[in-house]
Amino acid sequence: MLKIKDLTKTFGGRVIIDKLSFDVPDSEILTIVGPSGAGKTTLLRCISGLEKIDAGGFYINDQKFDPYENSGNESVIGVVFQDFQLFPNLTVMDNVTLAPKLVLKKDVATVKKEALESFARLQLDGKEDLYPYQLSGGQKQRVAIARALAMHPQILCYDEPTSALDPELRGEVSKIIKGLKQDGMTQIVVTHDMDFANDVADKQLHVSPIK
Amino acid sequence: MFSLHYISEILPSLLSGTTMTLKIFCWTLIGALPIGMIFGLGLVSKFRPIRYILNFYVWLMRGTPLLLQLIFVFYGLPIVGIVFQRYDAALFAFILNYAAYFAEIFRGGLQSVDRGQYEAAKVLRLSYWQTIRKIVIPQVAKIVLPSIGNEVINLVKDSSLVYVIGIGDLLRAGNVASSRDVTLVPLLLVGIIYLLLTAICTYILRRIEKHFAYWR
Repeated sequence: MLKIKDLTKTFGGRVIIDKLSFDVPDSEILTIVGPSGAGKTTLLRCISGLEKIDAGGFYINDQKFDPYENSGNESVIGVVFQDFQLFPNLTVMDNVTLAPKLVLKKDVATVKKEALESFARLQLDGKEDLYPYQLSGGQKQRVAIARALAMHPQILCYDEPTSALDPELRGEVSKIIKGLKQDGMTQIVVTHDMDFANDVADKQLHVSPIK
Repeated sequence: MFSLHYISEILPSLLSGTTMTLKIFCWTLIGALPIGMIFGLGLVSKFRPIRYILNFYVWLMRGTPLLLQLIFVFYGLPIVGIVFQRYDAALFAFILNYAAYFAEIFRGGLQSVDRGQYEAAKVLRLSYWQTIRKIVIPQVAKIVLPSIGNEVINLVKDSSLVYVIGIGDLLRAGNVASSRDVTLVPLLLVGIIYLLLTAICTYILRRIEKHFAYWR
């Protein structure tokens, strides 16, 4: 269970998030919805440790953790970015295996085996030697998911997962997200796409801009 | 005078001049590329004093003639008790000068890497140096290659400036032969040799660019 308590984030004196508290039970999908400017992405960036928070805290199974300084042995948060941010200079395989090799110090054979299993699930078989520019948007997103999963995070976050995709691919993403839930993954999805949010959510967080 | 006999007579001295030109060329690259890369990282550093110092250095090196810098190091510094051998003085001035140009090129390359790439690396918990080595440098290398190539070609020709501190490079060898034998032939040969050197550099640079063409 991820608990967020009294999270506050300001930018140059302007309060973006004001004492926000909520929790995400294990294996559930939380969607964060709201108009642009409401701080959805900022919230996600705080959870994933890309922004330093001004006050409040994160607890996982009642243990406090600081995603900004996350340097322990365990991966807590995985992120699938809106524009995926695959590494263009690396193959699909290397994109996925780089961090497990360098950070988790796993041996190459294990990491590759895991990656191939993940590719099979995400319908990326045969793509392992391609470079990101050779992939479609949907394939890039699935590589981004595989890359995040390879670090075995406890929680997987998505920033606007449908925004860069053709409408007919929305169903694919929601299938993947629901499939990961079946495996016990806790997930947080930021989106402004209400249909999509209603489709995948176990729980919904509506945010609105602070006046 | 345009006889093969004459050419074969002066060729050895031209070739030994070429060797000197190549030595300066190679050592300058070997010295200036890594220094330029590190200075380039410094130019985008969050630590302001480093940026100020490096910006001043780049301004100084690019803002004054390389010829002045050579003269300053070899003829000027001995006045305050710092004495360099000719060859060392040349390398010192060339490396410092070219490192400044390379630093600026690397700065531009580093700034053109999407910030999202650093963030993606951060959430995957790669360290700063792992990110630089595996993600940033390969991308920067591809971006800066054409500009670096320009400077490399320039360096082939700029190396002739060592003439002024009395180093026996290719240009000096040609000039000596030309004024001694009162003929244009050695100077023409010198021109041809420079053209060959730049052609080889261009070819190698194209090959390297091709090597980086596997992704975009």
